[in-house]
Formats: sequence, structure tokens, C-alpha cells
Amino acid sequence: MVSAVFHSPASSDLPGDQTNNAHLKQRQRKARQRAFLLTWISPLVGFALLLAVWALVALKSGNAFPTPWETFKQAYIVFSDPFYNNGPNDQGIGWNIYSSLKRVALGFGLAALVGIPAGFVIGRFEWASRMFNPMISLLRPVSPLAWLPIGLLVFKGANPAAIWTIFICSIWPMIINTAVGVQRVPSDYMNVARVLNLSEWKIMSVILFPAVLPYMLTGVRLSVGTAWLVIVAAEMLTGGVGIGFWVWDEWNNLNVKNIIIAIFVIGLVGLLLEYLLIRLARAFTFEDIKS
Amino acid sequence: MQDNSKYLEIDNVFQTFPTPQGEFVALKNINLTVQKGEFVTLIGHSGCGKSTLLNLIAGLTKPSSGTLICANKEITGPGPERGVVFQNHSLLPWLTCFENVFLAVERVFGPPSKKVGKEPEGKVSLIQRTNHALEMVGLTHAAQKRPGEISGGMKQRVGIARALSMEPQVLLLDEPFGALDALTRAKLQDELLGIVAQTQSTVVMVTHDVDEAVLLSDKIVMLTNGPAATIGEVLNVELAHPRSRVSLAQNAQYQEYRKAVIEFLYTRQHHVEKMA
Repeated sequence: MVSAVFHSPASSDLPGDQTNNAHLKQRQRKARQRAFLLTWISPLVGFALLLAVWALVALKSGNAFPTPWETFKQAYIVFSDPFYNNGPNDQGIGWNIYSSLKRVALGFGLAALVGIPAGFVIGRFEWASRMFNPMISLLRPVSPLAWLPIGLLVFKGANPAAIWTIFICSIWPMIINTAVGVQRVPSDYMNVARVLNLSEWKIMSVILFPAVLPYMLTGVRLSVGTAWLVIVAAEMLTGGVGIGFWVWDEWNNLNVKNIIIAIFVIGLVGLLLEYLLIRLARAFTFEDIKS
Repeated sequence: MQDNSKYLEIDNVFQTFPTPQGEFVALKNINLTVQKGEFVTLIGHSGCGKSTLLNLIAGLTKPSSGTLICANKEITGPGPERGVVFQNHSLLPWLTCFENVFLAVERVFGPPSKKVGKEPEGKVSLIQRTNHALEMVGLTHAAQKRPGEISGGMKQRVGIARALSMEPQVLLLDEPFGALDALTRAKLQDELLGIVAQTQSTVVMVTHDVDEAVLLSDKIVMLTNGPAATIGEVLNVELAHPRSRVSLAQNAQYQEYRKAVIEFLYTRQHHVEKMA
């Protein structure tokens, strides 16, 4: 407590007869205020700035760009009936988000089904990594949308082509992270496996899988992030029901308010997906054995 | 009948590793025999190849030339008859202490049994064996804890329990107490002495602690400095069992052994860094 007084820059302003205790309480109150400002007020100020810039742009552009208030009113209408269905080209925002999520889940699920075992094989066996690494390095930087025409050609349909695009963009992070995870399994664990003479199945289930799980979940998180980015672009091209198509449709209707709503919705859904997967990853990460 | 005086036999073993600068000779011309039930420590400065030699006995690595024979059979790979306690305990952090030990027990005694001529044991018996091993190192109360929740000394004890639970013919310990504080180390040394007296195991232990070597061993094998380390001297420790660290502290014979090892390590074999 004494040191708190001596080290405080404010101590010189205080009258000498003030007790240490009162001073300490004041400092604690200040610290709490500061923490409150940082965690709650700062983000709000950030959003307020965004709204201000937006409002300014809207005012300057005349009627071409909607103001935040108009957009908010429109959002209220859009979200008051999210699940209406007036045929394939006019459905509520709920259905659009649902269709997009369904495509992502399908493409992503298939990618996990193929990518995670492939990652295990590539990580475990050198011949496999030598065989596939150059191919992965070549194909990974390609924009997933470049695969869309191939999907359309092979699957002869917009919906499977979009799923195929998601599949391609999600598979790389999963293969690579799983393979890296397998290669980084501490050699101590593998020595334990050798000394105990464990079967390949036991090695997989008791050592490799739990050791690789955190890496794998990182791959899954990256994949979901990319998949959600790509689905919007893919749906703009393929049409049908989906949040990406909705953006494009509203552009054709020149309904800018709905486009802005869509942008916030896409951001929010992406944020939620990320958050869920971080929680999942945290639940499965074990402390390292470093002594 | 197997020859108990040559239970473990290391015959003219060389170990070299390829490096970009050519071959690196880690061990050369190692000859050593260990009797059944003997406690042998390997001592030497760090980097001299003690652990390399232990890994060879464990079968984790293969010698570049020479042979290692255990119980009349050549060592070609790791096996449950040679239990290893690793320097950094190497417990699986996602398993509880019980499960870590059970993994070993299940492999050696469970179905399909690895011990020739033995029936695979049932679940109850496997659980009993696991509990018994944990009891031996005094960790019954921590059985359901994960390695992250217990202290370094306790982790090392689980590692010892895991090795013991396999009922190995040879127990290999790689600086098992190196990372522990002096008090915990002394406690575990005493426990180890008790367990070895009880199980009559043959033990090969790597250490760089002179007191530990003299207190525990029947035979101290002193390695010269690497590269190309070899056995410089073998000291037979003829102190009666059971040994107590308190009474040995005053023992003239104990001091003689201690002096001999220190003399070897610090007078005849300077530390590597000093030579460089």
C-alpha cells in the first residue's frame, strides 16, 4: 500500500494528511472506470463513428445511398417476416441464410470427411507427403471460384456446383493443418507408443488423434471462415436461394438498403461461426507436457 | 538355462550419426555386461552419449555396429520386457494417471496377451494391476487426475508406475529425477530403492548426479566425454543393502566411492565445454 502511494504519479497532488486507504480506494475506482471505458465504451464509439461516416455519405449522395435510420427501418421490415416464401426468387432472409448455411455445411462436411483422413495419411507417411505436397501447393492458391465452372460442367446444376466450390476451398486448410499436427506430435509420445508396442489402431486413437485435435480444429476454423467468404461470391454467380444471391438480386432491384442489411447479416453469421469453433477448439485443447 | 551373470550383454557397440559434415561418432567400442537383478548407473557429462546408450538398450535406436543381447535374445526393437522411464515422464496429457498406466497394462497382459504362454487377463485383473502399480509409487489418491493437475514429481512417479506395471525384466531410467528439486528427488530415490528391492528388477539408469549413482547402484559405469565416448571406468559399489542416505553420509566407504567418481568426472574428464 505504501508503494502504491509512492509510485502513483497523482500522489503529489494529494494533501499529506490523506490516508493511504482512501487513496487506494480511489485508485481502484479509477482502474474500474478505465476497464469499463475500454471494454464497453470504446467499441460503441467505433460503431458510432461508422454510423457517422455512413450518415455523412448518405447525406452527400442525395437519395442514392440510404441513411442508417432508413436502413434500420427496412431491417425491421425484413426481420419481421424472415420466413415468407413467394416462389424461388422471393423468399425471406431466414430462408436465404438457411440455404447458404446448408450449402456451407454440406461442402464443408464433405471436405472434412476427405481432408482430415488425407491429412492424417500425409502427415504420417513420408511417401504420401512427397506425393501430394507439390499438388496441394499448386492448387491451394487458386481462387475457389475458378473451380465453379468445373463444378457446373461435372454436376450440371447450380446447387451442387456451389457446394463443390465450398468443398474445394475448405479442404486445403484441413489437409494442411491435420498433416502439420501429425508431424508435430511430440516424439516422446511416439516413443511411448514404440516402447509399449501399441497397435496402429491404438496409436491412432490414443495418441495421434488427441494430439492432432487442436491442429485439426484450427484447420476447421480457417475452413469455415473461407467457406463463408466464398459462398456469398459463389451464390452471386449461381443464383437460387441464398444470402449471396439475395445481395445480387437486391442490386438488380436497386434496393441498396437490403444490400447493407445483407452485409451486416453476413458479418454476424461469420462472427458466430468463428466464435462457436473457437469455443469448440478450447474445449479440446490439452495442456502441453513441458516440464 | 540363461546365464544370469550375463543377463544384459553389450558387445562392441558403435553408434554413429550422419551429419552434413560427415559421420559423427557418438559411441565407440562399448562393452558391458549386466547381471540379473543388478542396479547399474551410467554417469558422464552431458552430451557424452549416456542417453544414446540407453536408447540402444531400449531398442528405440539400432547400433551402427555391434550387438546388444538381453536374456539371450538380440535386441532388435523396443519391447515390453524392457520398461522405460523417460526423462520428461512422457505421459499422455489427455489421459488420467490411471489410464496412462492402464494403457501399458492392457497392452502387456490384456487380450491378445503379449507374454508368451500366458492367458490374456480379464478387465478386473488388469484394473487390479494398474491400481497396484499406482499404489507402489504412492499415487492411489491421484489416479483419476490428469498429468496437468499434478506436480512434476508425481508425474515422474506415474511414469515409473507405468514402466513397473509391465513387469519388465529390465527397467531403463533416463535421468528420471533430473528435473526435480533435491528433496523430491531424495524421496523418489528412496522409493525406487524400495521398489527395486521388492521386485528384484534389473535396472539401468542414466544420471549425472554422483550421490544418486553411489546411493543406488551396484555398478557405476563412467563414460568418457564425447564425441566417440566409451566406457572409461567401471566401479563396483559394494555397500550393503538396504542403504540409508543418512547413515551413508558418514560412511567412509561411501565417501571413497563418491571421491572415485568425482575424480573421474572432474579431473580426468574435463567438461566438454572446457575442452572446446
